[in-house]
Amino acid sequence: MMKKLIIGLFALLPSLTMAAGPSVPLLDANHDLTDKASLQRGAKLFMNYCLGCHQMQYQRYERTFRDIGIPTKVGEEQLIFDGSKVGSHILNAIEQDDAAKWFGAPPPDLTLVARVRGADWIYTYLKSFYVDESRPFGVNNSVFPSVGMPHVLQELQGVPTARFEEVEEHGVKVQKVVEITTDGSGEMSDDEYDHAVRDLTNFLAYVGEPTRLQSEAIGYKVLGFLFILFILAFLLKKEYWRDVH
Amino acid sequence: MFANIIDWIDQRIPMTRVWNMHIAQYPAPKNFNFWYFFGSLAMLVLVNQIVTGIWLTMNYVPSAEGAFASVEYIMRDVEYGWLLRYLHSTGASAFFVVVYLHMFRGMIYGSYQKPRELLWLFGMFIFLALMAEAFMGYLLPWGQMSFWGAQVIISLFGAIPVIGEDLTQWIRGDYVISGATLNRFFALHVIALPLVLVILIFLHIIALHEVGSNNPDGVEIKRKKGTVAEEDKAKFKFHEYYTSKKDIVDAIPFHPYYTVKDIVGVTGFLILFCWVVFFAPEMGGFFLEAPNFEAANPLKTPEHIFPVWYFTPFYAILRAIPDKLLGVIAMGASIVVLALLPWIDRGKVKSIRYRCGFHKLNIAQFVVTFIILGWVGATPQTDFKTVLSQITTVTYFMFFVLLFFYSKNEKTKPLPERLTK
Repeated sequence: MMKKLIIGLFALLPSLTMAAGPSVPLLDANHDLTDKASLQRGAKLFMNYCLGCHQMQYQRYERTFRDIGIPTKVGEEQLIFDGSKVGSHILNAIEQDDAAKWFGAPPPDLTLVARVRGADWIYTYLKSFYVDESRPFGVNNSVFPSVGMPHVLQELQGVPTARFEEVEEHGVKVQKVVEITTDGSGEMSDDEYDHAVRDLTNFLAYVGEPTRLQSEAIGYKVLGFLFILFILAFLLKKEYWRDVH
Repeated sequence: MFANIIDWIDQRIPMTRVWNMHIAQYPAPKNFNFWYFFGSLAMLVLVNQIVTGIWLTMNYVPSAEGAFASVEYIMRDVEYGWLLRYLHSTGASAFFVVVYLHMFRGMIYGSYQKPRELLWLFGMFIFLALMAEAFMGYLLPWGQMSFWGAQVIISLFGAIPVIGEDLTQWIRGDYVISGATLNRFFALHVIALPLVLVILIFLHIIALHEVGSNNPDGVEIKRKKGTVAEEDKAKFKFHEYYTSKKDIVDAIPFHPYYTVKDIVGVTGFLILFCWVVFFAPEMGGFFLEAPNFEAANPLKTPEHIFPVWYFTPFYAILRAIPDKLLGVIAMGASIVVLALLPWIDRGKVKSIRYRCGFHKLNIAQFVVTFIILGWVGATPQTDFKTVLSQITTVTYFMFFVLLFFYSKNEKTKPLPERLTK
């Protein structure tokens, strides 16, 4: 058993390090952590559309509300759907084993998804669903091929259809998605959908690292102090070293 | 009153004597340049690692079930926990930055040459202990890269004939990386290796103060007793431990001259360090790798497995060689050969300033080699990079082979009688 594992690991070494990243160029999420209105809209989208399956098991409601400027009372009434205490983590009631049966794999926790995948990836992913009747949920995704997730935001976006073109990749002809268009049946226009997805991406980026803005605010002060200290330290050194030169 | 207290202490422990001998009256060459900042900076980073490490330990949970969540607890729920964690994670990389530059300084100015061989060896042991410390620390967040990186690296020991398999099992404490591995790495990371490091650093400094610092000219400041005219001797008061044995030229007391200078170095370093901590703690995926934000999953292998950047030059040497045992041997040899520098370099002139042009070229190619190896080890392999890593593995060892031969009868420039500038 051990021998096989070691041999296996060594055999993997070269292939593990072989490039196989997303073949789709990512769009620029262009999100803004200082835009609290956007973060609030993103939080609302998350609680309504994502939380049913995806948890944020390391992030708490109360902290989230405070950071993105939602009064605790309002948040409790409008964004906590399962009666959780405001100090609790953002969890759902799905059993991981059940979820694995329904979707092939349990839906990943999204607390850190923005740090694992990057904001651009999330933004592009949410815009890359298209109708594919061969898939169990009737949709596929050009950023995450054969994804196990249904297109949850379809009621907002409308039914997305992909246009394919044949391109050659490593000497093999493959069908590639070049454009995704919607039928206009969604609640939102294309432009509104883009904004909604950007808000959601923004919210996920915030949750990935909730202290980002605080860190930068402190960082400017620290660097300012250090620059002044540097000048003083330099002058002090010069003064002392007059005896040496 | 104050003098009385000092006196009281001095009668019981040699406080003033040690202070004078090693700081206030320690003779240091007066011509230290930029490259001489990194020793004190390494000490600063060590203190940072120990202090932030202690506070992180207060909330970290060393178990396979709790480790990842406890790190996120530190990042979110502990007051300024994010700052402690980023100071510690950035500090780990900063430690290697300053240590690599510190070692490079030793290489260009020949600081490993006689009589500083033991000083260099202690330094190499510190480097080894630091690598072990960093490797074990990297497992603790229990992310995907922590888990799989450790899996790959520990499996390397399996390449050793006969005992290999048992050895890997002994290291892990299990058939695979598991909570047992995490627990023992935690113990080693927070107690055993820091102790070893502190003891080795103590010995490193004792060795340094016994033989005295080298300098950018590689010309000794301690001359045979009685060979220096009174007016040529350094004008400062040095401890009689040094002056009774030697005549000292071109030296200044470490304190206050190098203490005030090191404050400038420390502040400059902190500007860069804090910029990373507060604005770019991931450092583009080099200091904190993206897959490590996903909890360790023994059933799901990440697309690419890389060690952190500071191991990649050696990792590239390992991967350059198709045979796994030979690869492991080559990787080990690449570090051992550095430790043997004092005996490989047979030159009498220390500093690059007065050595032959070929030596300068050799050092330059070594720097380029090291950077290329680091890059190749940190990025997905391609056919081109495999060949490149094989070429640079050869040029890495070539540095030492060439040095061994040309240093014997090297055509050097005349050394200055006294330190320049």
